[in-house]
Amino acid sequence: MNKKRMARAVCSAIFVIVTLYLLQRLLVPKYASDVVEGNLIAEYYEEEKNHDVIFIGDCEVYENFSPKVLWEKYGINSYIRGSAQQLIWQSYYLLEDTLRYEKPEVVIFNVLALKYDEPQKEAYNRMSLEGMRWSVSKVKAILASMTEDEHFLDYVFPILRYHSRWNELGEEDLEYLFRREPVSHNGYYMRVDVKPAENVPEGRILADYQFGENACGYLDKMTELCRENDIQLVLVKAPSLYPYWYEEWEEQVEAYAAEHKLLYINFLELTEETGLDFSQDTYDGGLHLNLTGAEKITDYLGKVLTEECALSDRRGEAELSRAWEEKISAYEQEIAEQKKMVEQQEISGQ
Amino acid sequence: MLFTSYEFLGFLVVLLVLYYIVPKKYQWSLLLLASYLFYFMANPCYLIYIAATTLTIYFLGCRIERLQEEQCLYLKSHRDGLGKEEKKAYKKGMQKRQRRLLLAALLFNLGILAVVKYTNFVIGNVNGLLHFLGNGKELKALDLLLPMGISFYTFQAVGYLIDVYRGTCPGEKNPFRFALFVSFFPQLVQGPISRFGELSRTLYGEHPFQWEKVSRGLQRILWGYFKKLVIADRILTGVNEIIRSPETYGGAYVLVGMLFYALELYADFTGGIDITIGTAQCLGIEVAENFNRPYFSKSIKEYWRRWHMTMGTWFTDYIFYPISACQPMLKLSRFSRKHLGEALGKRVPVYLSSFAVWLATGIWHGASWNFIVWGLGNWVVIMISQELEPLYRKFHGKFHVGNNAGFRFFQIVRTILLMSCLRTFDCYRDVPLTFRMLGSLLTAGNWNILWDGSLMTLGLSGTDYGILTAGMLVLIAVSLLQRRGSVRERIARKPYVVRFVLWYGLFLTVLLMGAYGIGYDASQFIYNQF
Repeated sequence: MNKKRMARAVCSAIFVIVTLYLLQRLLVPKYASDVVEGNLIAEYYEEEKNHDVIFIGDCEVYENFSPKVLWEKYGINSYIRGSAQQLIWQSYYLLEDTLRYEKPEVVIFNVLALKYDEPQKEAYNRMSLEGMRWSVSKVKAILASMTEDEHFLDYVFPILRYHSRWNELGEEDLEYLFRREPVSHNGYYMRVDVKPAENVPEGRILADYQFGENACGYLDKMTELCRENDIQLVLVKAPSLYPYWYEEWEEQVEAYAAEHKLLYINFLELTEETGLDFSQDTYDGGLHLNLTGAEKITDYLGKVLTEECALSDRRGEAELSRAWEEKISAYEQEIAEQKKMVEQQEISGQ
Repeated sequence: MLFTSYEFLGFLVVLLVLYYIVPKKYQWSLLLLASYLFYFMANPCYLIYIAATTLTIYFLGCRIERLQEEQCLYLKSHRDGLGKEEKKAYKKGMQKRQRRLLLAALLFNLGILAVVKYTNFVIGNVNGLLHFLGNGKELKALDLLLPMGISFYTFQAVGYLIDVYRGTCPGEKNPFRFALFVSFFPQLVQGPISRFGELSRTLYGEHPFQWEKVSRGLQRILWGYFKKLVIADRILTGVNEIIRSPETYGGAYVLVGMLFYALELYADFTGGIDITIGTAQCLGIEVAENFNRPYFSKSIKEYWRRWHMTMGTWFTDYIFYPISACQPMLKLSRFSRKHLGEALGKRVPVYLSSFAVWLATGIWHGASWNFIVWGLGNWVVIMISQELEPLYRKFHGKFHVGNNAGFRFFQIVRTILLMSCLRTFDCYRDVPLTFRMLGSLLTAGNWNILWDGSLMTLGLSGTDYGILTAGMLVLIAVSLLQRRGSVRERIARKPYVVRFVLWYGLFLTVLLMGAYGIGYDASQFIYNQF
């Protein structure tokens, strides 16, 4: 091959790679104005990683706990690695991934995910897995999560999955082509609006209340991973009224926690202690808490963590305090913006 | 492993790398290994079937050839010692032995094909008959495995044996080389049905890496993906919607469905063959072409000379000619010429042989009455056209339309419509329903659906129609250009930038507009089922 041909081939290859990369960036969903939860997993990597507490789990963690409260009231530096319908094996591999960067003192896992024993929906898989940086943990997480229709290669080259999005592209796809500001506050997805819980449905009768073998296996692995890394695993059940939390499930978690000497907090049973009021503290009729609800239960959690896990108050650390000042300012700003929007919606009658 | 799967692309890349790394004399062995692996990955049990066909045809082929050699040697050594009658008797005896072997091979292999493909069809008909006779008994349908591409490789192997029997092709001595001929993976899925004499010229050769050949092969594969993924799999939604709800979609929808299916089948089948031929080209192997712009045909007869050409020639060589030339048919020919006159009498045996070919073509396409009626429908149309030929000639001469472009266009459209009409038998679940749906074309009176936006309810969006229209225009443009020679060769002569823009543009079109992945019901190639 002569020099001219070689140069031509190299230039063509570079052009192909660059255009395909740009196309891929353009076509992958930005989760900009809708389903912003899709951004949560990736935001973690932008953080300074020296957290005392890491939350893992589904929407019951990222919508119900506010790390800002833990910092402001107890000096606990925490982060939520939550994503929509995060399955327990995804939580496990996210924890493995987190341990590549830092070693927290406490890991808090929300137990609702135990109800799922096999892969569920591709859309949720995407939101949990796409944001992860490539590692062995990510590969394992993908392989464990794929539904029958999914293909591993679609995760490696997301353009193969989103190739037909070209007719849905909007301004946001160009605006957030390379970067966007965080949508969460240390993984917390804030909502200030209120929709009281009314007529919460009872749980339907299940054929089998036993948690699946696969899910239990990952809980064991999580417990073992935490033990190996000298991390205290805390199990929580967020106070969401729906999906229904069965007594039979509660018994299994309690037994597991007792057997493995784990701290387990079921917030559904602590309404009085936390002061939760489901006519005020939820934005979607009891499925998730709004800001006031999240701040109430986080306050309670902070007290427990300080007492039971002996976490020290780090508010004296100058650099960390400065970082949190900025975060709190962004937090307050979003509260103001959301409240303004809610008021406008109320005025316009939406 | 579908041609449109990531697994196939991965398989091809690994094979190409190994193929050009291994010593050239082992290339065909590697291909045999790859072909069996390809088949094994589809279903390990399939290997039993293909191995049975390969072994029986190989050994009986060898035996037939040995008998031919024996006959030659005997006649040579007894050239002076034998009288004419003795020689004739000896030859007859030897031919009888060969024919017996041939019949055994045909019975065994076509028997396997018949059992796995048609048993349930027969059971269904027997049940229908029992029901008609008021008998309450019912035979149970069998759960039989239908190996992928069994019709293709059986026909290919049987064709080889008949050629050996006829002495038109030398028998292959090496069983592994013969096994590669039967199982060569690119054509295993949906043909073409290759002849041993043609395919063996390049199949076992030594092929040094030549970028030009590999790139031409890749271009052909890409073109195949364009047809399959951008056009066929996109329009599939509309076709399925129409044919799965015949109660809802009658009248003008049937016409729309017919035309959609014509486009889908063409893009699907020719796309698959492009991938087959392109893959073979990447390996330095020449596989027979199977299409010659069939939708430019001016008659059904011409259409069948240009569509699925290897199947057409197979039926002609191995069914039409043997039947036309067999003793009973020659007797019938003499009889009909005597009683019906020279002109018509000569045509009777031709029509009867043709009937057998079309009946076999229909049965080959599928185990249902739909395909049999479809095959015989083609026969009827061709026979009528042939009978009306003198009338057409008179008409052409009187109105001087023979070379008129407008009239040629009319003939092309007529052929497409006629073919599409016959193909509705492929689509609907049974023959009476197909006739009902065709009848609704005349009675429903809902032609307004063609312009009032109803077509948007077929699961195809405006974007889909846009892509399909553009895709169809590209297909027509390329077909028109092909009349003046290979389009790829012409593109290859263009400056580098032009070539790059064209091929990379096609790649991006397939990548972005292909109907594949989650959200699309990616289909198998239609001809996989045959």
